[in-house]
Amino acid sequence: MSTTYTPPVLTAPLPVPTPLTRPFWDGLAERKVRIQYSPSLGEYIFYPRPLAPRTLADDLEWREISGAGTLYTYTITTRPVAPHFAAAGPMILAVVQWDEGPKFSTELLNVAHEDVQIGMRVKPVFCDYPEAGVTMLRYEPEV
Amino acid sequence: MGLRGEAAILGFYELPPERKLAREKTFNLEQWARLSKAALDDAGLDATDINGIVTPLIGEASMFVPSTITEYLGIDANFAEIVDLGGAGSAAAVWRAAAAVELGLCDAVLVTFPGTHDVPTDDRRPFVMDDSMYFGASSNRYGSPQAEFEIPFANLGQNGPYAQVAKRYGHEFGYDELAMAKIAVDQRTNACATPDAIFYGKPITAQDVLDSPMVADPLHMLEIVMPCQGGAAVVIGNKKMAAKSKNRPVWIKGFGERVPYKTPTYARDLMYSPMVHAADQAFSMAGITRDDVDMVSIYDCYSITVLMSLEDAGFAEKGKGMQFVNEHDLTFRGDFPMNTAGGQLSFGQAGVAGGMHHVIDGVRQVMGRAGEAQVTDCNRAFVTGNGGIMSEQTALILEGE
Repeated sequence: MSTTYTPPVLTAPLPVPTPLTRPFWDGLAERKVRIQYSPSLGEYIFYPRPLAPRTLADDLEWREISGAGTLYTYTITTRPVAPHFAAAGPMILAVVQWDEGPKFSTELLNVAHEDVQIGMRVKPVFCDYPEAGVTMLRYEPEV
Repeated sequence: MGLRGEAAILGFYELPPERKLAREKTFNLEQWARLSKAALDDAGLDATDINGIVTPLIGEASMFVPSTITEYLGIDANFAEIVDLGGAGSAAAVWRAAAAVELGLCDAVLVTFPGTHDVPTDDRRPFVMDDSMYFGASSNRYGSPQAEFEIPFANLGQNGPYAQVAKRYGHEFGYDELAMAKIAVDQRTNACATPDAIFYGKPITAQDVLDSPMVADPLHMLEIVMPCQGGAAVVIGNKKMAAKSKNRPVWIKGFGERVPYKTPTYARDLMYSPMVHAADQAFSMAGITRDDVDMVSIYDCYSITVLMSLEDAGFAEKGKGMQFVNEHDLTFRGDFPMNTAGGQLSFGQAGVAGGMHHVIDGVRQVMGRAGEAQVTDCNRAFVTGNGGIMSEQTALILEGE
């Protein structure tokens, strides 16, 4: 008697906020983009940390930003980057630079592949996952 | 500041890569022992000469790795180091070993990188596909920035991020896909003169590269390394050991290293890689110029890695790398011999031992042991290591007596 092995269907892992990063994810659930700002650096920073990068200044504060930005770079994955994303088909893996400076790893939605241009203006798309209690931030072209 | 050039690579061993293992399966520790013995035999040194080791991560230990290895080999080490710099690890391990020799800590150091991941399993100890297998170089552990801000957005692995680097390069400086293909083609020519190369006897054209499947736009399959099983080791010793060795000593004259980030999203300027710093430091330490090197071995996980490393190491002007590639013959017969054994693209990438391929490529040339692919009168080599996504980079300058 033979048995057949059915590989598990893997789904994309969702973020699990930590006590320190919670304000970012709570912000997304409220349709707001909140990231940290260091007054002594005079810079917004991302991802969330306890101390400012480079100076390790202890002055980080959460501020709301618009969430708008430009497409810094991207690729279209003809082959999935991991089995977890196989069902998603070709994805537009993007790095968006917020108008306030920091860059953010994300996915570009609602655009034809041939219309994607580095430098294009993009705006947030808030994607809720109620079962996981998290909201993801993706992007689409600003019309 | 820096090395005095008084430590030399005296012997090496590199397993011919295999896509699927035809050799007997062995554990990383067993590979460590056998690769080391082969490199010692090549050098003409005795195991009892060894009093230092440098290793990458291995499969059989997650902690206490160096002492696990010294115990296994029976070596009383004065210096036992683990490096965790991915593809930059081999070149990084070489300069650490050289530093230990120059400090007088060690007479001879084994730098051994097992590269066969297909290891024995048992029903009572089955192979488990854990997060590290799925997410590769990204950590999915709770609290990891990668788990929270990258993996859920499919920013993981290598193909996607390197393609993003290439896309941005094209946006800033223009993109000549034929020049990118030529990098792979010239290296394949070198592999065709290297019997151990996985693609020995299989020449390709630029059109073959462009016709190969697109994996992550703009990178085609033939611009991307193919994982292999293998492994490599070098022995590094002092002047006394060099006098005992049967090979031409290859002195480690300079190095540089820079490790500024993990994920390219957070690079301050993605278009200038850490190689800018690493190469400047290496040349400055060695007291030579770019024109003084007779061959280069540039870490080549992707065509874009080669292109940007050539620019950032100062061989080509920033933004003119594609022009440089078009204007030079990069084969072992050419005016700019590069990756003369085929590079990882055409020799094969055996895990973290892939970085050692470049070290050994340089050593083989300077020792005059490259066979048909030998560069005439080759006395100085420039070697790079690259780990992560252009995020950990190391440069070495090697010189024959």
